[in-house]
Amino acid sequence: MHIVVQNGTVIDPANRLEADLDLLIEEGVIRELGRPGSFASVEAQRIDASGCVVAPGLIDMHVHLREPGYEYKETVLTGAQAAVAGGFTAVACMANTNPVNDNGAVTRFMVEQARSAGLARVFPIGALSKGLHGEELAEIGEMVEAGAVAISDDGRPVMDANLMRRALEYCSMFDVPISVHEEDLHLSAGGGMNEGPTSVRLGIRGVPSVAEEIMVARDIALARLTDGRLHIAHISTRRAVDLVRQAKAEGLAVTAEVAPHHFTLTEAAVEGYNTNAKMSPPLRLAADVAALKEGLRDGTIDAIATDHAPHHRDEKEVEFDQAAHGVTGLETALPLTLHLVQDGEISLSEAVRKLTINPARILGLPYGTLAVGRPADLTIFDTRASWWLEPLASPSRSQNTPFAGWELTGKVRLTMVEGRVVYDDREQEGQPA
Amino acid sequence: MTFTPRHFLGIEGLSRDELLFVLNTAESFREISEREVKKVPTLRGKTIINLFYESSTRTRSSFEIAAKRLSADAINISAATSSVNKGETLMDTARNLCAMRPAAIVIRHPASGAPHLLARLNHCPVINAGDGTHEHPTQALLDVMTIREHLGEVGGKTIAIVGDILHSRVARSNILALTTLGAQVRLIGPPTLLPPEFSRWGVERHTDLRAGLAGVDAIMMLRLQRERQTRNFFPSLGEYARRFCLTVEALKEAKPNVIILHPGPMNRGVEIDSRVADGPYSVILEQVTNGVAVRMAVLYLLTTQERPDMQTEPGACDERPQPDSFEATQDRQKNRPPRQPEPFLLPKRAVGQ
Repeated sequence: MHIVVQNGTVIDPANRLEADLDLLIEEGVIRELGRPGSFASVEAQRIDASGCVVAPGLIDMHVHLREPGYEYKETVLTGAQAAVAGGFTAVACMANTNPVNDNGAVTRFMVEQARSAGLARVFPIGALSKGLHGEELAEIGEMVEAGAVAISDDGRPVMDANLMRRALEYCSMFDVPISVHEEDLHLSAGGGMNEGPTSVRLGIRGVPSVAEEIMVARDIALARLTDGRLHIAHISTRRAVDLVRQAKAEGLAVTAEVAPHHFTLTEAAVEGYNTNAKMSPPLRLAADVAALKEGLRDGTIDAIATDHAPHHRDEKEVEFDQAAHGVTGLETALPLTLHLVQDGEISLSEAVRKLTINPARILGLPYGTLAVGRPADLTIFDTRASWWLEPLASPSRSQNTPFAGWELTGKVRLTMVEGRVVYDDREQEGQPA
Repeated sequence: MTFTPRHFLGIEGLSRDELLFVLNTAESFREISEREVKKVPTLRGKTIINLFYESSTRTRSSFEIAAKRLSADAINISAATSSVNKGETLMDTARNLCAMRPAAIVIRHPASGAPHLLARLNHCPVINAGDGTHEHPTQALLDVMTIREHLGEVGGKTIAIVGDILHSRVARSNILALTTLGAQVRLIGPPTLLPPEFSRWGVERHTDLRAGLAGVDAIMMLRLQRERQTRNFFPSLGEYARRFCLTVEALKEAKPNVIILHPGPMNRGVEIDSRVADGPYSVILEQVTNGVAVRMAVLYLLTTQERPDMQTEPGACDERPQPDSFEATQDRQKNRPPRQPEPFLLPKRAVGQ
């Protein structure tokens, strides 16, 4: 069976392509790209993408799917449903499950759950240390063999510099990146929001920017020492962006991602003790937001990743101090990124690049492009459609988003994985061409 | 003048006129506590719940006495003897208490923002009796009331607040109240307990006690929590006391008729010398007396408004708030109708006298 995706604007940054093209898909693989109408004579299922962008399937290199262990927050299935609704065809899920993904058995379980869900591709990220305790290396080789695409103790900063050094050295053998959650726990000391004027006024213990910057500086120094591949997860401060910029200028194998909430919101969102604005690292100041946008513009920040961190309402509807860290993000990432495009911060093509080919390259995945011969993973979205975010309408098991009730511009119309339509939000089935 | 806030969560956001209105109301209530029969029927038939998640002597008994002198029924719940021990969440406790139809809930809680969480239920007025390191608004009002008694209007006066500013809800509420009323505020303490962000509050920061006390009209000492030492905010109580203990010698820097306040409980010999605490300049016990009047005023003002926007139907508080309820609550507060307290319910002395 052939599929023709027609009348859309194809954006494929990996091939520097941005043009009105039709796509011919055969057996889940992209066969040919041609001018509009090229495939008019081919007998095929036709998907009309008029007025929409046809992009490679989005890739989120940082999510928490909570399975195994915390299925009341999210499962691989519900997380994959939220992913495809947000236009993501592949996600990489962190290891802080229960049991922790620190061995091949848990990695294989995750891969199997994803296969039976059959929606987005799910790639496990293995733990750096056993049990995320930050003491001994986890069985990295075994996890990589089972399908882990990166290594990370995300959520639990690696305070032991020597362990981080050994991990960088050891991982160079497998060519997988180490994704690092940069937070000096002595400096953050259990804080719940950015340290600054708002935290002082609200009486909330603050996490200073230096808690992140010191660790970014340390790990860049270790990357220089070891030739390891370092990936800075959810970068949030101005000076951390500066440090990554310098490291790249030096030619080190350092990459970075930013979460949409960090380039969209400031610490002001915490006002009123809004636990849905509590996450780690915390929302920062306007100057940091500006620096994150600059980092996206000049290429210092390679990828946009959600840090989708579902939590049950019971874990958020509590005193701010006790509320869980984290927000959901799979369904808001694309519109919030498109807001940057509308504001002229980055081009549409750059936005797509940071959601597709860049994370694919960091993780070593053969996706994120619409090149002929590649799997037909793609996302069709309307850059102009506005909608209101209703968290309860999400397939995710959790609704902890700071964007509830926001009017968002940019709507996913269709998501396809390997030629299969896994999400379809077109006005009506089979719109006339 | 009207006083329209639905809840009393902090000094932040209150205007000068609103602060003065509460203070004037409190002053008019003070006389009740001087009577032989210390009771007026103003809040008869209303139930006030004091929900205390932290130990407290002064504040809790002060709220209880205030409620009783207004003829309200006061119920005290402390975390140590409640279902909190059985793992009940704050919100579930609050929902259950709301189902008993109180006229107001007074809450003391170790987490900043806990009263705001209760206020989101929007069932009955919530009064903050101290939340974490955020605010303690009735304490600030009783402090200002005491200062006004001795010094007249606080506008133009210079007031020093000394000690652990960083962790003090009393300091935050007082800085807001005093600066709103036009006073000059000086904060004095070691830099570890006095972060630079406070400069934005329109106050002076001092790390030298004597320099900071030069020419001040009033000194507010804060309680130093001993457990701060283990987190390296200062090396030892002894070293802290040598630099920041209010002694008779340090007091000489202040104006001759200076008054000294302390919210209690005091660490004698740490932040305040006994000769000062018990000396002629101390107004510490007057603060406690005024605390009852301030809490009477706050209870009165918050429980005698009509509240068409609050959920009072049976079962209404079972409705869990939607994720957007922060904004919804704020919108409701913005749109609230102004309402004057009914004058015939006021005690004998007129407001503002």
